[in-house]
Amino acid sequence: MLEWRRRREPSTLMLWLSPLIAIGLTMLLGMIVFTAMGYNGFHAVESIFVTPFLEPQRWPDLGVKAAPLVMIALGLAIGFRANVWNIGAEGQYIMGAIAGTGVALVTHEMTGWWILPAMALAGVLGGMAWAAVPAFLRVRLQVSEILTSLMLTYVAVQALYYLVRGPWKDPDGFNFPQTRMFGADQTLPAMMEGSLVHLGIPAALLIALVAWLLMEKTTAGYAVKVVGLAPAAARHGGFSADRVTWATLLASGGLAGLAGLFEAAGPFGQLTPQFPTGYGFTAIIVAFLGRLNPLGIVFGGIVLAATYVGGEIAQTTVRLPQAATGMFQALLLFVLLATDVLVKYRISWRVRVA
Amino acid sequence: MTQPPDQTVCPRLALSHISKSFPGVKANEDISLSVRPGEIHALLGENGAGKSTLVKIIYGVQQADEGTIAWEGETVSIPSPKAARRLGIGMVFQHFSLFDAMTVIENIALGIDEAVDRDVLKARVAAILDSYSLPLDPEREVHTLSVGERQRIEIVRCLLQEPKLLIMDEPTSVLTPQEVDKLFGTLRQIASQGCAILYISHKLQEIKALCEAATILRAGRVVATCDPRVESTKRMAELMIGAELRQVEHTASTGAGEVRLAVSGLTLAGEPPFGTDLEGISFEARAGEILGIAGVAGNGQSELLTALSGERPATDPGAIALDGRQIGTMGAGPRRALGLACVPEERNGHAAVPDFSLADNAILTARHRLPLTPLGLISTGDVNRFADSVIKRFDVRTTGGAALARSLSGGNLQKFIMGREIGQTPGVLVVCQPTWGVDAGAAAAIRQELVDLAAKGSAVVVISQDLDELLELADRLCVINEGRFSAPRAVASLGIDEIGLMMGGVHGAASPPGAPAHA
Amino acid sequence: MTTAILVSILMTLVAASTPILLAALGELVTEKAGVLNLGVEGMMLCGAVAGFAVAFSTGSTMLGLIAAMAAGVATAMVFAVLTLSLTANQVATGLALTIFGIGASSLIGAGFVGRTITRLGPVFPAALSEHPWLRAVFGHDIVVYLSLALVLGVSLFLRRTRPGLILRAVGENDASAHAIGYPVIAIRYGAIAFGGALAGLGGAYFSLALTPMWADGLTAGRGWIALALVVFAAWKPGRLLLGAYLFGAVMTLELQAKAAGVTWLAPELLAMTPYLATIAVLTMMSLGRKTGRQHAPACLGKNFSAS
Repeated sequence: MLEWRRRREPSTLMLWLSPLIAIGLTMLLGMIVFTAMGYNGFHAVESIFVTPFLEPQRWPDLGVKAAPLVMIALGLAIGFRANVWNIGAEGQYIMGAIAGTGVALVTHEMTGWWILPAMALAGVLGGMAWAAVPAFLRVRLQVSEILTSLMLTYVAVQALYYLVRGPWKDPDGFNFPQTRMFGADQTLPAMMEGSLVHLGIPAALLIALVAWLLMEKTTAGYAVKVVGLAPAAARHGGFSADRVTWATLLASGGLAGLAGLFEAAGPFGQLTPQFPTGYGFTAIIVAFLGRLNPLGIVFGGIVLAATYVGGEIAQTTVRLPQAATGMFQALLLFVLLATDVLVKYRISWRVRVA
Repeated sequence: MTQPPDQTVCPRLALSHISKSFPGVKANEDISLSVRPGEIHALLGENGAGKSTLVKIIYGVQQADEGTIAWEGETVSIPSPKAARRLGIGMVFQHFSLFDAMTVIENIALGIDEAVDRDVLKARVAAILDSYSLPLDPEREVHTLSVGERQRIEIVRCLLQEPKLLIMDEPTSVLTPQEVDKLFGTLRQIASQGCAILYISHKLQEIKALCEAATILRAGRVVATCDPRVESTKRMAELMIGAELRQVEHTASTGAGEVRLAVSGLTLAGEPPFGTDLEGISFEARAGEILGIAGVAGNGQSELLTALSGERPATDPGAIALDGRQIGTMGAGPRRALGLACVPEERNGHAAVPDFSLADNAILTARHRLPLTPLGLISTGDVNRFADSVIKRFDVRTTGGAALARSLSGGNLQKFIMGREIGQTPGVLVVCQPTWGVDAGAAAAIRQELVDLAAKGSAVVVISQDLDELLELADRLCVINEGRFSAPRAVASLGIDEIGLMMGGVHGAASPPGAPAHA
Repeated sequence: MTTAILVSILMTLVAASTPILLAALGELVTEKAGVLNLGVEGMMLCGAVAGFAVAFSTGSTMLGLIAAMAAGVATAMVFAVLTLSLTANQVATGLALTIFGIGASSLIGAGFVGRTITRLGPVFPAALSEHPWLRAVFGHDIVVYLSLALVLGVSLFLRRTRPGLILRAVGENDASAHAIGYPVIAIRYGAIAFGGALAGLGGAYFSLALTPMWADGLTAGRGWIALALVVFAAWKPGRLLLGAYLFGAVMTLELQAKAAGVTWLAPELLAMTPYLATIAVLTMMSLGRKTGRQHAPACLGKNFSAS
């Protein structure tokens, strides 16, 4: 007989162990599902989850994919802590890239060290502006930020399409729907010869550390946590939920915007209709896998980056469609949410005596 | 007319050797009691004595670990409230199981088990309301009703099932003395028709007035059974509490000092959807005194507390003055920094964050007056030292400052919260229901701390529904009713009847009996 | 001539509204029981792909519709087990369901891209369904009539029946409902399943009726619009019908503008309109809302555990 008992205090051990359990269970579940679908389940899961870590030549790629995920997830996690559900990070990511690209296009015949910082600033502001709409609507009119931030993602995607097919189309680009390529001073310098490894990686790590200090050691982080856990108590203690809502949405929008700019000025080097890759949604999984803790998110980002890299490997090794990656990632989130029960409950086998 | 209960009749309900435990607590241990038809039987005990668990077992909400239940002489198992109702057991909960956004008749329909045609149900409800002369409008939404009217819904729900046993869980804790009289009349009428009533309370006067038998519980066990009509109140109180009653020591009153808190014409709209508006509240609290604010639940007590604490600032700076300084428009933080501390009624989620450690909870309100967060950085060492000092000084039973607030019992958490505020030596302390759900020992300790704080020159304002507590603590007393204040009176000059009348509506004419309450 | 245009616009409007109406109606019942399921988009996609796959393999559109509902219920049950039995956060689980739906439908649908099936046809004989103007009433497929019947049914169920009363009670105050003895968790399982079935059906309407083919993410955020509609409708089925048809009108306008070759407004900007309209509607709702959040079931989104 399986017996459930609510723990008096959540288990700290399980809090950190459960993501690992979830990864294990997801691998098992993935093997079963992929086998059932007629693929080589074992090799599929091996390609997705193991190979990226074992082959050093794939590590740079891992970092390149983890950096935006971590950056976006950090912002989202801070918001989630405050019960601010920004699920439109994808839109803010696109808007950041659009704003930064705007600067790049204006400056495309100029040179100078200041161009990249200006693009980064524009990226942050673009993301913030896109997040400011749900923030304003929630604080002033109690409109759910879940729906507004998501709706704005669809708007951002259309705005991107409009720009690359219309006003920003590369005049020398044979009518392809894309902007001109960024110049040398508008592109993130490669940090390793011949690879795509760029500044975004150390930036993501640095931001994670700052976010951790902010959440654990300052009254600002305290305000975020208390507003999320007990809004009435927050008000009693003199914290403003409105200010926290604004701050967390602007922070997550800004980080998503910065990630978008890094992606545009790094691996892409221009804007194309293929730019939205769903990082803004995958980052939600990263945030939960990292237990909404900034340092945990670095781990979560690497794991999810591996599924992207591994998903590509699996496409060649076992002919797994690209869509399998998305399903595998969602499966991971499901299992993770399910294993949360281990944190809240003590579960044991007990032989029932009649 | 009440028939003298026939001793030879088989008991309606007989419990034998009931035990029930939860992780860490033995809620009920070896409890036996029996109730005869037509008898009003008191179940008497302190908060936490195990009364609620026992009635939940009778009503099928929980299952006993051991022991048997006999219903009209036959052993039964009661696996669910539905099964209990099928036997003929009705229950009126302390916390009503009502649905605020639904109408009275919908609420009644939800409380009965079989589907009844709406019109038939209405007719039956009207008949019951009529025969017990209970005023209640079936089409009103519940959130517009007074607490007494809400309780009537629960009673009507039970009466519709023609119960053979009616359980009343602390029914008077939220009623005015006049409403209590009305309720007692109804209960006597129900009992006279042969229904047994199990009446749960810790109020001795009531039990003396209403019940003909009493079972007294302490710490989950039966400590005595008696006839409350002949047993002395003092003896029952001692049995219930298990120790000689401890009186609060008043240090010789220093007399009225200077005004520390002055409220004048404070008017504030209640919070939607169902909040009470505060209207023109004026009072003063002086150094060295305890001002009591009595009132029935839901008359603006929590609104007053949040208005004073700064959680909901006023529009007029002069509405509240602290030591002569106008603070009406300030937020909670600045008010605390100036020395106005408040403790709201709800511990979990308002005064404290259940999922935070005690140390983190210390930061919540102490950071304004103590150097715990220099430059916005949390100084962990200072925070832990402060939390430990509160735990030690106020005898909080816990594993330490790292324990989560949710892991503490209500009384211990309340001691920590009171300690957190008193430890900052505020100039003015406003507390709402300081001993709600707290065991007797902790309640006495908390009251003593309040008296001591006032003796040191602070002004203390106690908002409470517990008249006994206010009469014990306060120097002056006023009443809040529908968001308005009565003039404060010296406690020594007040009789309990007078307070009861004030609580029931001193402002203007009360609604004539039988008429639906204010629209 | 103008009649023909008006009738054709009306037909487009009804068709565009129906999937949103279905999904929103299911979500309304779910929310009335106190559960916020943000996975509508995911359930719709799973329904869309399952419906198409079965209709393609069996050649029966009816079987496709049934399969779509079954797929909706199956995915909804994943949500239900996680949130009700394992007390997971409803917002997070709903998001997970949507992400899952996008991935799973894309994976399953990969084999069906480019295939076509026979479109779900009108119910009534050609004399009525192809009549120049009578077809405005008789020219629709079965799902349209079913959706209208469901609006009426749900409305009566919630207002007039005892199970409806109990469902509302569970959403209004789960603790009280439990204290009286109603099986809160079981009722919520039922409500979530109903929501899943209708979301699945709504999704299948895309792949079987609107565009009889499969494409990745073909519901294009309609599940989210359905969620917003429930708020717009203040949790009332009648207003939901109005809202869904209003949205249908916005989308029809977009399609008509595109078809008419409007050049002064880029097609991308036109494509933004449903989403911007959703934000505008949500904003207007709260501007005009003096009565506050009273419409929302009081326990919406909160977890319940019996002990």
